[in-house]
Amino acid sequence: MVPIAYYLILAAILFSIGVAAFLIKRNVITIFMSIELMLNAVNLTFVAFAHMWHQVSGQIFVFFVMVVAAAEAAVGLAIIIALFRTRQTLSVDQINLLKD
Amino acid sequence: MSPNLIAILPEIVLTLTAVLVMLADASLAPGKPRRLLGWVAILGAFAAGSFSLWQLRLVDASGPITAYSGTVQVDAFSVFFHLLIAAIVMVTLLGSLDYFAPPAAMAEHSETARLAYTHVGEYFALVLFGATGMMFMTCSVELLMVFIGLEISSISTYILAGFRKGQGVSAEAALKYFLLGSFATSFFLYGIALAFGATGSTSIAAIAAGMSTTHTPVLALLSVAMILIGIGFKVSAAPFHVWTPDVYQGAPAPVVGLMSTAPKAAAFAVLLRVLFNAVPTLRATWLPLILALSVASMFIGNLGALMQRDVKRLLAYSSIAHAGYLLAAFTSTHPEAVASACFYTAAYAAMNVGAFLVITELSGVDETMRTIDDFTGAAKSRPYLSGLLAFFLCSLIGIPFTAGFFGKFYVFSAAVHGGFTWLAVLGLLNSGIACFYYLRLMTALYSRPLHGEVRGAMARVTPSAALGLAFAGLATLALGIFPGPVLSLVQRAAPKTIPIISSAPSSSATASLTNGQ
Repeated sequence: MVPIAYYLILAAILFSIGVAAFLIKRNVITIFMSIELMLNAVNLTFVAFAHMWHQVSGQIFVFFVMVVAAAEAAVGLAIIIALFRTRQTLSVDQINLLKD
Repeated sequence: MSPNLIAILPEIVLTLTAVLVMLADASLAPGKPRRLLGWVAILGAFAAGSFSLWQLRLVDASGPITAYSGTVQVDAFSVFFHLLIAAIVMVTLLGSLDYFAPPAAMAEHSETARLAYTHVGEYFALVLFGATGMMFMTCSVELLMVFIGLEISSISTYILAGFRKGQGVSAEAALKYFLLGSFATSFFLYGIALAFGATGSTSIAAIAAGMSTTHTPVLALLSVAMILIGIGFKVSAAPFHVWTPDVYQGAPAPVVGLMSTAPKAAAFAVLLRVLFNAVPTLRATWLPLILALSVASMFIGNLGALMQRDVKRLLAYSSIAHAGYLLAAFTSTHPEAVASACFYTAAYAAMNVGAFLVITELSGVDETMRTIDDFTGAAKSRPYLSGLLAFFLCSLIGIPFTAGFFGKFYVFSAAVHGGFTWLAVLGLLNSGIACFYYLRLMTALYSRPLHGEVRGAMARVTPSAALGLAFAGLATLALGIFPGPVLSLVQRAAPKTIPIISSAPSSSATASLTNGQ
């Protein structure tokens, strides 16, 4: 059986990749995908811990995270489309109207 | 009625009103006036507030109400925040009833106004949905419910931030708010997952019980740090504040008034519940983090605001600084910390919503007045609005007889009682720095106009907007002169979690982590 720590370390690595990609990537869609990666790392952590504690509540939490992530994706993509319509760009370097 | 339904009655009322507004909006022909929908929404918020007061009577009579297997707990704490959120929503809606242009004048209004107007029904509904989420955040004692409430409120405000459709800045503000908000949510969620790992539960009472017996203190510490990062983003505490100036600058002014106060109040409520109810045993760990956040927010907020020319950006930095003052309250011990923090959220809400409503009235949907230069000389053409803005700025400074004074007084005396006199001194020093930029804006209002005349929206203040402004002004004044009633409510509000009979996880599960089986 795979030890629980392996799952947790994998999840931590995935989460870190998500954070790094969020900070490094310049394309809005890719940045959005890195957030999804972070959320899925959290899901993996939840499932691993749910297995460890023999508690189903952790798995239920994952369902809610997935539902909310779907809702967030709907709104997020709509915002990205609205932005693309006004600016014709998806690069965060060119999304720079707001500054002093 | 079953206790379950009584416990979430305000949220039910808000949700039903929001659905009603959305359906009515869809069935109205495009171009028909939708002002009535706004009044329906205001009525819904009022009803939700009234039901919260009724809940308070029940709580007084028979103690806190728990519902849905201990996930929701209605006590004086949750009622206080329910009332605050309902009041913020009512004032914001009153102020923005006519923010989007009426159809008769549509032709002469800008493209932005016309586009936004066609969706104004959705605007009212989204404000209510957001408020529902915020209310759930304050009455949940289960982190799953807190998370769902947080997301309901966040997703609604993401959309509201981009409501000036067709304007690049608004879409950009929505995008930045969305990306950084979701980023923060992931940290918050990771924190919950680690707390679940350390204690085997996501209920605040069970986490509190589990934290003292956990075999994996590292997980517990990491979870507190992650939750602090997540909430730190939501309350725009430095160093998690980077999104705030951009979003406040680009989002519509009434929406900024709402989202700089209501979701923040709800996030502070979550932070209070988590820190003082779930992990009081780890106080030695989170106290230095809170101190760092508080000091960093005060200095970055105030020094950043000194360099701003855009007024909404300036108020964004001021909002970061105010988050820092508020965090200073957390250094005190339980009842006083909660009472002073709650009072500050109310005081800040009154003056900040007011300030942004004045900006709404002055600069209109197209935001013709942006920088301090644009506001220069506004007192000549708009004497009442300018006077009101000056009053709200006085309150933000913390001048006596305004809400800001008592807010700061209680927060800093809480810090002193917690044994952090130096923090209170730093806070007062920062209030001094803050005087510079607030007074700069104030003197600009009463100076001679730079361009000969002020370019602002010259529309008359409608009676409903005047009512909203009067409400915000009176609240700011009342909290500064008679803080007693609110103070007595917040002093009772110190949340106590009722221990629920949790299915205590077996210790063998913890052993499996250490054994790695």
